[in-house]
This record gives sequence, C-alpha cells and structure tokens, in this order.
Amino acid sequence: MLRSDNQSPESPLLKVEDIHISFGGVAALTGVSFEVKPGEIFSLIGPNGAGKTVMMNCINGLYRPQKGNIYFDGKLISGLSPHQRAAMGISRTFQKIELFGGMTVLDNIRLGRHIHLKSGIFSGSIYVGKTAREEIESRKFIEEEIIDLLEIEHIRNHITGMLPYGMQKRVELARALALNPKIVLLDEPLAGLNLEEVEDMARFILDINEEERWQITCVLVEHDMGVVMDLSDRVMALNFGEKIAEGPPDEIQKHPDVIKAYLGEVEELYVTRR
Amino acid sequence: MSPADEKQFPGEIEITRDLTIPKLLLKNAEKFGEQRVAMREKEFGVWIPYTWREYLENVKFLSLGLVSMGLEKDDKVVMIGDNRPEGLWAEMAAMCAGGIGVWLFQDCLMDEVQYIVDHSDSKFYFAEGQEEVDKALAIKDKCPKLTKIIWDDPKGMRNYDDPILISLKEVQELGRKLDREKPGLFEDLVNQGKGDDICLLFYTSGTTALPKGALLTHYNMLTMGQNLMRVDPSYESEDFVSYLPFAWIGEQMMSISCGLQVGFTINFPEEPETSQENVREIGPHVMFAPPRLYEQMTRTVQVKYLDATWLKRKAYELAMKIGYHVADLKFEKKSFPWYWKLLNYLAYLWCHEKLRDHLGLSSVRNAYTGGAAMGPDHFRFFHAIGVNLKQIYGQTEIAGISVVHRNDDIKFDTVGKPIPETEVRITEEGEIISKSPSVFQGYYKMPEETAKTLRDGWLHSGDTGFIDGDGHLVVFDRTKDIMILRDGSKSSPQFLEARLKFSPFLKDAWVIGDHKSYVTAVICIDYNTVGKWAEDRGITYTSYPELSQLPEVYELVQKPVMEVNKTLPGPAKIRKFVNLYKEFDADDDELTRTRKIRRTFVEERYKDIVDALYSDTDTIHMDTNITYEDGRVVQIKTDLKVANVPVTEGT
Repeated sequence: MLRSDNQSPESPLLKVEDIHISFGGVAALTGVSFEVKPGEIFSLIGPNGAGKTVMMNCINGLYRPQKGNIYFDGKLISGLSPHQRAAMGISRTFQKIELFGGMTVLDNIRLGRHIHLKSGIFSGSIYVGKTAREEIESRKFIEEEIIDLLEIEHIRNHITGMLPYGMQKRVELARALALNPKIVLLDEPLAGLNLEEVEDMARFILDINEEERWQITCVLVEHDMGVVMDLSDRVMALNFGEKIAEGPPDEIQKHPDVIKAYLGEVEELYVTRR
Repeated sequence: MSPADEKQFPGEIEITRDLTIPKLLLKNAEKFGEQRVAMREKEFGVWIPYTWREYLENVKFLSLGLVSMGLEKDDKVVMIGDNRPEGLWAEMAAMCAGGIGVWLFQDCLMDEVQYIVDHSDSKFYFAEGQEEVDKALAIKDKCPKLTKIIWDDPKGMRNYDDPILISLKEVQELGRKLDREKPGLFEDLVNQGKGDDICLLFYTSGTTALPKGALLTHYNMLTMGQNLMRVDPSYESEDFVSYLPFAWIGEQMMSISCGLQVGFTINFPEEPETSQENVREIGPHVMFAPPRLYEQMTRTVQVKYLDATWLKRKAYELAMKIGYHVADLKFEKKSFPWYWKLLNYLAYLWCHEKLRDHLGLSSVRNAYTGGAAMGPDHFRFFHAIGVNLKQIYGQTEIAGISVVHRNDDIKFDTVGKPIPETEVRITEEGEIISKSPSVFQGYYKMPEETAKTLRDGWLHSGDTGFIDGDGHLVVFDRTKDIMILRDGSKSSPQFLEARLKFSPFLKDAWVIGDHKSYVTAVICIDYNTVGKWAEDRGITYTSYPELSQLPEVYELVQKPVMEVNKTLPGPAKIRKFVNLYKEFDADDDELTRTRKIRRTFVEERYKDIVDALYSDTDTIHMDTNITYEDGRVVQIKTDLKVANVPVTEGT
C-alpha cells in the first residue's frame, strides 16, 4: 500500500503509554501501551469486554484514565477535554449510532464542521464578508469532498432517524470527516451492516486512508476479522484489559494467545476466518 | 396509412443531404454562443451550466484528442456510463471526427460488453469511472481492436496504471495540442461529413437472439426529429431532463435529434438515485420514457395514497373521480359543460397540481411513452391528473419513432397516426411495415438479417397490428408472442400483463396460454410495496422468496387478477397463477435491458413452473441459481404454491 512518508516512521501520530482505568472494582485496561504511525490503519481486536471501546473513549477524552499518558502529534493530551482534542484533529464514530435523529443528514454533517466556524453570533446574524465566505467554504467542503466521496447525495435532505441503519452508519462517518481530522477512531463501523454495505464501508475506509486528499490515520475497532485482516497495517489484540499481542495481521492470526483468547484453546478457526 | 399532412413548425431547419449532427452543433454554438445554456448537470448539490460555446469547446478538443490518438473515419467509439455531459461530449466528439458512436447500457454484464465491443470493432471505449473501467480491462484481451480506454471520474482510479487507460482531460489536452499545430482541422473534419454517413450503431435489445447493430445515418436521425416536431414542436427556451440510458433510442431521439434542432437545454441528474428529485427541480416540458417509468409513478402515488390520512385520502378520491370523468369525456371527444370544467379546475387546485408537482410533471406539455405496451388504466390515470400522455410507436430501425398520438385525438388502445413523411401499412399476414426517410441502413455485419427486415425500403417490424376506423394504428403484439387460445381466438399476452401491472403490488407479470387449454400467469410482486403492506399488517417475513409465498400475499395478488378477469372473455381469463420467488432481472437474461420479457428464454428456464400450471399439482419445488451483478451465483431452493383463481364462465 502506498504511504506518504513525509513524517519519519519513528514519530508516531498517536502514542498511548501505560493506560490504567478501572470502574469500581473492574479493571477495564491495565497497562496498555501502543503507538499509531501516521497514515496507517491500526486495528484493535479482542473478545467482548476486552476494553476496546474503553480505549477509544480514553483517546477521545470521554474517559479519564487513572494512570498513563496519551500523546497526539507529539503533545500530551491526557489533560484535555474531548472538544479540545477534536479541535486538534481527533474525530470518531460510535458503536451505537449517536446522530441527531430529528435533523437532516446535511445538518448532522454540518455539525461536525462547527468547530471550524469562527464567526460569532453578530456577524452570523447579518451574514456578511468573512462569515459568508466561511459558510461557502464549509459548504464546498461538505458537498464536494464528503457527500461526493460517501455517495450520499440522494439522502442529503432526509431526516436521519428515518434512514436505514447502514445509511446512518455512513452519515456518522461523514460527520467524523467534516471535522477534517488527522486521525479517526472508528468504533465497529461494520456492525449490523449487510454484505453489500460492509463492502462499501470497507472501501470508504480505504478511500479516506489512501486518497491523497484525505490520508487520514484510522484506529479501527471491529469484529469482522476478514475485513480487519484485509484493511489493517497493524493489529493489536486485547483480552480482559491487557494487551496480548501486536503486529501485522498475518502474525496476529497465528498468535497462540490471540487464538486462545477467542476460543479458549489453541485452534485456528476463528481468527483466520475470512 | 399515408403520411400525415403536418407541415413545417416554427423555427424548423432545412435538412439537406449535406447536413450532419456535428454541423448543427457548430451552427448552434455560433448562434447561441455564451447566451444560452446548452446543458446543465447537477453536481455537488448545485446545477452547473454549460453554454453552447463551452459545449462545443469540450467536444472539439475531445474530438481532436481522439484524432491524435488515431481515430479515423468510420471508426467505432463505444460509450458506457450514466447520463452526464461527458457522455454526450464523447458521442459528439466521435461523430465530429467522422466516427460512429455505440452506446452500451450501463448495467450490461461482461459478456454483453465483450460481445458488443468486439462485434462493433470499437477502437475507443469511453468509461465513466472505476466500475466501467474494470469491465473494459477485463475484456480488453479478447477485443484486440480496442486501443484506448478513456475515463472521466477519478474516484477510485488512484491505483490504476494500465497504459491502455487515459483520462478524458488528458485526451482533451492532446486535442488542444493538435489544434495549436493544425488550426482549423476540427472545422475541416466537421465539414467533410455528409448526411448519409453513418453516425450511430445501435444495438437492439433482442428478445430472442443476440443483439443486432442497427446502422443509422445523420439524415435518419435528423429527419425523424424533425417529423416528430412537426407534430409537437419544441422550443429553444424549454428544458429536457436526460436520465434514461443513452443506449435507448428514445433518449437519443430527444437529446440529439430534437435537442440539436431547436437547441433546448438538456439537464443531467446528479446520481441515478436522485433523478426523480432532479426532474422535479427542473420541471421538464417534454418527456419520453418507457411504460415502466410511468408505471412506477402511478405505483408511488397509489402507495402514498394508502399511507395518507383520512382527509387526504378523501380529497384524493374526489379529485380523481372528477379527473377520470373529464378524461373519459376527452377520450370520447365529447364536449363537457362548464361545471365540469370548474370542478376539474378545483380538483386541479387541491390535488392534481400537487401530484403533478411531486412527479415532476408540473410543466410537461407532451409526455410520451413507447417501447412496450402500456395498460389503459395507467393512461387514464395520467390524463385524469391532466398530463398529456401520448403513445409513441417505432423501432430503433426507424430511428425511434414512426407513429404518435395527436393532441385531442388520443385513444389508449391505439398508438396514434404516422408522423409526416412516414407511411405505415399492414401486410396480408397482418404485419406492420413502414417506410420513411428515417429507415435505417441495415444491420452491421448481418446481411441476412438486414434482408429479412428491410424489403424494398419497407421496414418489417415483426409486430402484428391493424388500422382502426379512425385511422389509428393498433399494435396487437409481437407476431411471435401472440397466443392462440383454446377456442382458436387470438390474444395478446403483453396486453394482459400491462393490465395486471396496474396493481401497485405487481411489478412484473408473465402470461402464458399459447395453444393451451387455459391462460395462466407468473407474477413478480413488488418487494417494496408488498413489503410495506405486510409490515403495516404485522406480517413477518425475511426475504423476497418468503414474502412472495405467504398466503396473505397470494390473496393480495388474486384481487387484481380477478379484477382483470372481469373484463376478459371466457377463454382469455387467467385460471391459475404463481408468485415467483424472485423478480425478473435483465442480469439473468429474463428481461431485455429495456425490461421486456424474453419469453422463449423464461419458458425454457421456468419449464417446471409452466408444467405445474398445466397439471394438478399445487406446489412446485424449485432448485435454481441466481446470478448477482458481480457475477456471483447463488443456489435457491424453495417451494412455490399454485393458486387457482375462481372464474365464472362467459363474459
């Protein structure tokens, strides 16, 4: 796969260091560390309850780990709130769709763009000069880049809550892209989709990752092993809040601990399933 | 029937043997220049206009680009993709350089693409984007004459580096370079063209055999457009929406034959999925579509009606009652009293106007249907809401059209009267034959077929029909499709099918009964409407096969069948029917690309069903394969129920 190597591979875009988080007596993550290099698709896998979504929430700022540091683009972000992290270029989608069901698709996407709009309430109400330019800029970005890429022209004015599930998932991705992020955290983007929708979504993930215009680094949490192994550059496996393996997909598939975590015994069936 | 006597229309041009389509384009660009919009495309949510000047520039450099890559006179250029400006530019560019355009249906499978590209000896292949490029790359080794594949949508093309590929922009760049080297070359090339040169090679859908390529000249195309407009003139200020496949002659007829002569604006929708919405935004003045599109519209209205509130339903019922009454009076050519006019106007205000607006028909002056039979019920529906829907009859081999309804002389069981300069006759065997300046030059590389179809300048259609007392042509059916019933009388399966399809729950029907003791039907339910109907009633199902076999659905389908039976004579009544476990699909060769049933093929394929319909069994066990668009094949095992329709003998 083609990668832009303008940043040296040694400097990670995202660095997670020794994360500990527990809810009451339950340790959700214990001492997990990893690095995500710019331009790669990095997947988190593991059985249910392994701590994958908790990790996403820590990166994105919804949870505060009790111990450990997270660096983004070389800066320590552990102390920042989610919206500050979003402004730095971290966006995400959710396992369960978190769109505004009563709003149109276009409004939902615009909301993702909101963080970049600088005009205040007064200039906004009279819509002159800079504000108008900013709005046109934002419209151009949404229409020409996102809607065209994700092929959602025909639903742009539909109410989001009325759309089929697969389409809503696509709108979630659209909203995440509207932020113009450097990294996007995709929490089970394929869950609940039919075969055709899975193929479309996988293609979109590759598009935003490879297309020169975007080149977004992706952190992917996903249960569909076929897709994970096809798309990912590197995979990390979690089990009961602990990191059990990290490496390229083909190594992970053969890793005895991973197979054990999935099946409770050494058998190659599950993780190698395509 | 002798040609109609309509003479010139305002703004008519003189069509000489020297005039070609590219010359007309040059003339229009000179006349309208930057002043008028030649075409619009909706892109990124806004309508982007192209003036006649820009249209010509794009065509010019594309054409010169093709020349510099080696296009010579009479070379074939094949095109595939959605309706979009680039598609039309490519077609015009090929014609300007003396080439011949060949269009493929966008959903053509690999085999069909390969057959047509190879048979037509195409040298260049215009693809829209990745999907079409993939098809071309897959067949290029089997089509050695193909030299270049040109694409215009960069999406997904980042990893393609086959040297046979080139982007449309690069081709235009080559054209610009050639233009700088040899200024005036383009105009010379256009001026070399003659009206009797072949401009299009049109592959007919072929319900029986392999597709045949009909050769049409500039003169054929232009005279056809002119003669149609002598009946129904179009004006340069008007809008037309191009969203049906260019591989269908009807779309060429409007966009090229008529469009270039009057210079109206052609509008291209954003995506195929948005076309209905985009049609509504434009509000076209002229429209030509096959019956299935109008059938879809009535289905939409009927379904929305079922969903509406009580008050809205009542308002609709009343408005339609008035509309139907007025339409029937018009059909009978009776004058109607002022109070009916008033009532109709009120119905227009509270219902018809809104309906027409939602269907995108609010400013349509002439709506045409053609290519297949349309049921009288659909016809009445459109006239009831005040849409001037007219039937067109013609073949690809006569550049699209030879017979059409006139305003205020519409009978829904006929197709109207011949257009000017066109003669239509019925042979002793009952076959419809016609003669006009638009009759094609023959089939490409098929002399026997040509000799069979074209005799002494008369085009033999293969359709059976007659001319009624008012001088209207009535098309009974394809000669080979006509059913002989048990009492020896003849019946048209297409007619029965069209009647059945007025029910919003039926998507397709296939009527069987030739030389059988009774008539039967195979029904394809409409997954969307029946699915919604079932959901509203709390009936659960998981898939099309399951839904189609539910007893409730059988009851639902039986109603329209009995409704149609009421109007039929005893032997023609449908006695038994089966709900098929899938919809008919062109990818399975069951339909042509223009959605006509390929009877011989389905009879062969569903032999078990036909046998069961004419025996005493009430279930049929099926074990077959379904082909998906990407070529995957899936096995289907299911049981089909045979339903007996209660029939009272006699009429």
